[in-house]
Amino acid sequence: MLDALRHHLGLTGSKKGCDHGQCGACTVMVNGRRINACLTLACMHDGDEVTTIEGLGQPDALNPLQEAFVREDGFQCGYCTPGQICSATAMLQEISEGWPSHVTQDLEAGAELTPEEISERMSGNLCRCSAYPNIVEAIRVAAGKQA
Amino acid sequence: MTEPFQMDHPATDRRLDDMAQGLVGAPLDRPDGPLKVTGTATYANEWQVEGMVHGVMVRAPGNSGRVVLSNTAEVARMPGVLSVVQDDRMLRNPAQGGANEAPVQGPHHAAYFGQLVAVVVAESFEQARHAAQSLKVTLDDAEQVAVTPEGAAVERQTDKTLDQGDLDRAMDEAAHSVDVVYTTPSHSSSPMEPHASIASWEGEDLTLRGSYQMLKFNRNELADSLGIHPDRVRILSPYVGGGFGSKLGLAPEAVAAAVAAKAVGRPVSVALHRQQVYEATMRRSETRQRLRLAADAEGRLIGFGHEARVSNLPGETFAEPVLQASHFLYAGANRKMSLDLARVHRLCAGSVRAPGEAVGVTVVENAMDELAHAAGLDPVELRLRNIPPTDPESGKEYSSRRFREALESGAEIFGWSDRPGVKERREGDWLIGYGMASAARVNVLKESEARVTLLSDGTARVETDMTDIGTGTYAILGQIAGDMLGLPRDSVEVVLGDTNLPSGSGSGGSWGASSSGSAVYLACAAIRQQIAQRLDVDEHDLLLKDAQATFNNRTETLADILQGHEIAKLGHVKPGDTSDAVRQATFGAYFAEVGVNAVTGETRVRRMHGTFAAGRILNAKTARSQCLGGMTFGIGMALMEEVAFDPRDGHVVNHNLAEYHIPVNADVPQLTVELLEERDDWASPVQAKGIGELGICGAGAAITNAIFNATGVRVRDYPATLDKLIAELP
Repeated sequence: MLDALRHHLGLTGSKKGCDHGQCGACTVMVNGRRINACLTLACMHDGDEVTTIEGLGQPDALNPLQEAFVREDGFQCGYCTPGQICSATAMLQEISEGWPSHVTQDLEAGAELTPEEISERMSGNLCRCSAYPNIVEAIRVAAGKQA
Repeated sequence: MTEPFQMDHPATDRRLDDMAQGLVGAPLDRPDGPLKVTGTATYANEWQVEGMVHGVMVRAPGNSGRVVLSNTAEVARMPGVLSVVQDDRMLRNPAQGGANEAPVQGPHHAAYFGQLVAVVVAESFEQARHAAQSLKVTLDDAEQVAVTPEGAAVERQTDKTLDQGDLDRAMDEAAHSVDVVYTTPSHSSSPMEPHASIASWEGEDLTLRGSYQMLKFNRNELADSLGIHPDRVRILSPYVGGGFGSKLGLAPEAVAAAVAAKAVGRPVSVALHRQQVYEATMRRSETRQRLRLAADAEGRLIGFGHEARVSNLPGETFAEPVLQASHFLYAGANRKMSLDLARVHRLCAGSVRAPGEAVGVTVVENAMDELAHAAGLDPVELRLRNIPPTDPESGKEYSSRRFREALESGAEIFGWSDRPGVKERREGDWLIGYGMASAARVNVLKESEARVTLLSDGTARVETDMTDIGTGTYAILGQIAGDMLGLPRDSVEVVLGDTNLPSGSGSGGSWGASSSGSAVYLACAAIRQQIAQRLDVDEHDLLLKDAQATFNNRTETLADILQGHEIAKLGHVKPGDTSDAVRQATFGAYFAEVGVNAVTGETRVRRMHGTFAAGRILNAKTARSQCLGGMTFGIGMALMEEVAFDPRDGHVVNHNLAEYHIPVNADVPQLTVELLEERDDWASPVQAKGIGELGICGAGAAITNAIFNATGVRVRDYPATLDKLIAELP
């Protein structure tokens, strides 16, 4: 799917960092769930709704999460950023639906948006510039605005 | 046009402090941010070039011998395949940073496992990849070659040798001493964007859309590799998905794309895949470092010895400059240093973020921790007692050095006074420890040019072939121009990454911001002069703010003053006498709290703080982010990063992001950074020094020293993985 997006549809917002599901730079949402586009085939998603970074906002019309990434400097080189933002979008949905993670203390009570909880859930998206603390802050800021 | 400005005297005028717009230093957002967060910034392999086809490279399956492609004709007949290209001009080694000429070429003989030896070109990426995987590559007449430093020939780097006083005697007479050997493994830059180039020819003119850090050098490297004049080569790199040294010099895919594009008569895109990035771009050399520290009864150093061994391919001159900061960081009258280079057939060793200090200062800081422990001194106090009054070898003054303040302020912010004794603090299964380390990195100014045009509508454009590899160049150059010309940040357009523009310093060695920033500053200063002349006032009496000029109690808009004209000036800075007149470096201190699991040996970094002083800070937000990145590289170095080589053939065993572990989000706590106010008049016309690498130079030691504080275990063989801890845990 990643090559289909980048080479055949010209949607280069989804990045190829490893092509092996190791880095998360190609994260897109399929029917609202985040997946690595490099680990699936386009032909397996007939009828599915695929949302890439191109579907989340435009440079002159950023969504709140994108705005927060800019404000909090949640990136440097920017190559992992579309994947981070797609991943964070779906991740916030997972939290709002009450999905626990490895670090969630109480599996019944739902997760709070602590740095630890966000870091855990965003660890499938590598950032070599290491904007991690700012990514966490951007997600907290954006989620706080939505709440 | 202005004359080149040579940095022969300290820039004591500090004109940026006089400006009224208030941009320089402010934590402004990156102007490239909206493009990056929407996926619309165009990286190398994302240009949609008309008629473009795809090339995929193949590698040598061994470390020596003649390369034989045995089924070329068959592969050439596969669907979509246009050509199988193996050309003498293709690169054997990537170019070192600043090489400015072709590196070692020739794909017909292998020198290391994973060397890229051919490119298969096809209509589609899928066809090219399939065909490349089908190409049979073998090696004839392979020889037995050295692949580990232990078994290799070693060359003493005589120009790096120092023998001052009598270290052996100092060690004998010392009240406290340490004599320890540490090893650090090879590291990979691992930028998130793999190296990629799209080459397109128009007649004899080549355009390369690549992912490179230092374009003026890369253009010459590419032209020299191809045997054409540099004027025929244009490189575009407006956005670079991380470099960390690996994109300083030309990499194999660029020349492969260029020769393949010529061969098939169409634009060719060649993107390395992740495994090829690990096998055929650049590695940081592994190091073996012996530290000898001798101190008197009060913990004052009387001897400092640092002897290191690094490695590289035969013929390569780059030797990881491990000793670089050891020359000036600490006191000690008796000093001995040496650097040995072992010749191994592993992929090329070159610059990875902060070559030298990243591993050199880290090990020095471990040894200092060992000395503090031996002497019964607080590690911060030991360092404070050993800040030399002047350079301990040359006697030169330091240009600016807020080292003491960094140590003291960092300790205060972190809460260092609460440090537990060794093996003293335990929370459930977690052993808790604090550690600290100093930061130090040499400072360099590089020749750099930029053109600034004040347009008739009262906006400005900055142009240079300088790059922004995530470092914040787009932000800071606009801030400098905005302040100097009195323009809001949004009124300054910054255009980068095109060799048709004036030649910048490139992004490397932490010099990018101060060097290219100085070029922009100088161009703007010339524009200010011209405005002042036009208004018949002294330039110092000209106040520019919000696109208006105030002078002689009058205010006019810049647009009115320009009367439909524009003013374009070239700023051109060159290093000069101030480089050698004083010792120029940046300093800082790290503090870390770790928890080591008493059952599993796993280390978690719970808190980490850095205080840094690097001259004028041009943008507090992007500078802080650079420090966060450096400190995280330190976490990686301390706990996980290691390129593993097979000792039989030297191939990279962990050539992917699942096995070469870099820190993930959960490995990094909410780091804190303090930037100290400083002006370094000797460093650059804008009083800035480099900050891009300072954050890594010693960071790993704060963590491994904290592990010792928590567990009583010294891991002297990086990284401090749990297997090295678990047997010795209390």
